[in-house]
Amino acid sequence: MTLIFVILHLAPGDPTSTFFNPRIPPEVLEQMRKNMGLDQPIHVQYFQWLRTSLSGDFGYSFSESRPVTAVVADHLPNTLLLGGVSLVLIFVVGCFVGAVQAVKQYSRVDSVLTFLALLIYSVPGFWLGLMLVLLVSSGALGWLNLPVSGMRDVSHEFMSPLGRVADIARHLVLPTIALGLASAAGVARYMRGEMLEVIGQDYIRTARAKGLRESTVMRRHALRNALLPVISLLGLYLPLLIGGTVVIEVVFAWPGMGRLLYDGILARDYPLVTAASFLFAAIVLAGNLLSDLLYAAVDPRIRLDARE
Amino acid sequence: MKAGVKAGLRWYVGAGLLLALAIWRRARVAETVSGSDVAGWIALATLVVGVTAFTAVGVRAQRGPSSAIGHSWWEIGLRQFRLHKSAVLGVQILLLLSLATLLTPLLSPFDPNAIDPAASRLLTPSWGHPMGTDHLGRDVLSRVLYGGRISLSIGFLSILIAVTLGVVVGAVAGYLGGWIDGVLMRIVDLFLSFPRLILLVTIVAVFPPSVFLIVAILGLTGWMGVARLVRGQVLSLREREYIQAARALGFRGRRILARHILPNVLTPVIVAATLGIGNAILAEAALSFLGLGVAPPTASWGSVINDGKRFMLDGWWITSFPGLAIVLTVVSFNLVGDGLRDALDPRHSE
Repeated sequence: MTLIFVILHLAPGDPTSTFFNPRIPPEVLEQMRKNMGLDQPIHVQYFQWLRTSLSGDFGYSFSESRPVTAVVADHLPNTLLLGGVSLVLIFVVGCFVGAVQAVKQYSRVDSVLTFLALLIYSVPGFWLGLMLVLLVSSGALGWLNLPVSGMRDVSHEFMSPLGRVADIARHLVLPTIALGLASAAGVARYMRGEMLEVIGQDYIRTARAKGLRESTVMRRHALRNALLPVISLLGLYLPLLIGGTVVIEVVFAWPGMGRLLYDGILARDYPLVTAASFLFAAIVLAGNLLSDLLYAAVDPRIRLDARE
Repeated sequence: MKAGVKAGLRWYVGAGLLLALAIWRRARVAETVSGSDVAGWIALATLVVGVTAFTAVGVRAQRGPSSAIGHSWWEIGLRQFRLHKSAVLGVQILLLLSLATLLTPLLSPFDPNAIDPAASRLLTPSWGHPMGTDHLGRDVLSRVLYGGRISLSIGFLSILIAVTLGVVVGAVAGYLGGWIDGVLMRIVDLFLSFPRLILLVTIVAVFPPSVFLIVAILGLTGWMGVARLVRGQVLSLREREYIQAARALGFRGRRILARHILPNVLTPVIVAATLGIGNAILAEAALSFLGLGVAPPTASWGSVINDGKRFMLDGWWITSFPGLAIVLTVVSFNLVGDGLRDALDPRHSE
């Protein structure tokens, strides 16, 4: 958090330069700086900022002309929606594909999927997004006609509640794919390895020797154990996902935190940028904590108090 | 013997192609010889070295393997690696890409920044402009070639910084242990838990953009994985008998680290670096795409895509081709990284 503050204030230029207008006399500009507290020495600014933000007040957004908390409150749910749906997609699709590959190891399905996973894993999300936009707008998917920007249709206000949900869901499809597909491929690669390791274990042979059906062995014995370590991937992919939201939200004009951060940076809106970065870090930390707790809850071999 | 001739042939064709390029572009070669353009000279040097190296490798390949059995760790590794067809393909693609990057001044048909909005705005791909032109009439192929130079250089240099930093931090933390280890590893955790792209965007946005800044911050935000890796390895190597022997001989810590421990940590570091370059290239592309990376008019793959973003419906080629270049490069690095891991890690060999 302090890191963000230091970086931002090391930079040349201050927010008043965005209002720069030759007709504004220097005295007025000076008065504006004073009102915003920019004439104070840097350490005074720092402690003031630390005190206020710890009490939940992130200050006043220069560019939006309203409190940062209000701005953030408008955008945070949208990002959580996008990120949450993507996260589910990543792990459900990733685990499913990885498990299928492992069960059919060395088959044609496996090698095709392995290659596809590697390919998709190397595709930059923003480019995938642009290509999806291109695909949809070229009319190749005419019957789908998915919206390529924003979160709500212009007629959103006049829709029934159910129609509104459907509307947002339609807007969600492309950004979710662009945001999550690469990570899903990563999870699939990992899942394949885990699953193969589990299948090689003695207890799988035991299960087979008991005469259980292959599908039961795979689902009840192999899949369950292979899923455990995948949970720890959550902590790895969450920062990636959060970082991806910035780019994806810019591509799809999604009104979320990532775009807010981007716009805030372009406008040199320090309070907005610090608040956004801080919240992103907080989300990631919460995600890490959640993944640790989840891991401990699911895996009886790990006890939280026994660590280190 | 016949197979040997065949094996050499591929390399001779490579050398021949390079020579053909030199003859085809002889006007530009002559131009470079009389000028003092550094990139041009690098291209000429690449030509000479490339032709010689290809011929030499061809001759060697023709003679067949020098000895029937290789015993050194590198030879075993190389043999394992050759078995990986996809990894070898990755190496070949990367070799071609590096050659193209070095030869850019000779290869690119146009000046990447030459603007001609009146005559050649948004032309569809054709023989004259294989990847079309953008909204300012600039040739996209030339921009992709020059952009590749920037993107690949940024990838290589930043990973160099990252690996150096990571190895030093990891080795110090692992070898010294104690509170130093604790502090360093907490810093690693801190950096790892913060979304890299958010940090990058924030830093880049507030400093005047330049290639050096991008290289520096990509390097400074990419070292944590390597540091963790090296620390783990050093921790386990530290207690081995041969290290105790070295200590009993009275060697100082720095020498033990540099001569006895680090060489044995190298394998996973090389793998991590190979995979890391791909990530660095992706991160640079994302930054340039946001308009926060390499400053215009300099081309990098991300910035070309950014230019084309507004003209997607009128010119799909501007966004598509640089993106394909990114995918091709990153896939190759990942293939090579996977292959290296399988080949060099004894646990993975069958």
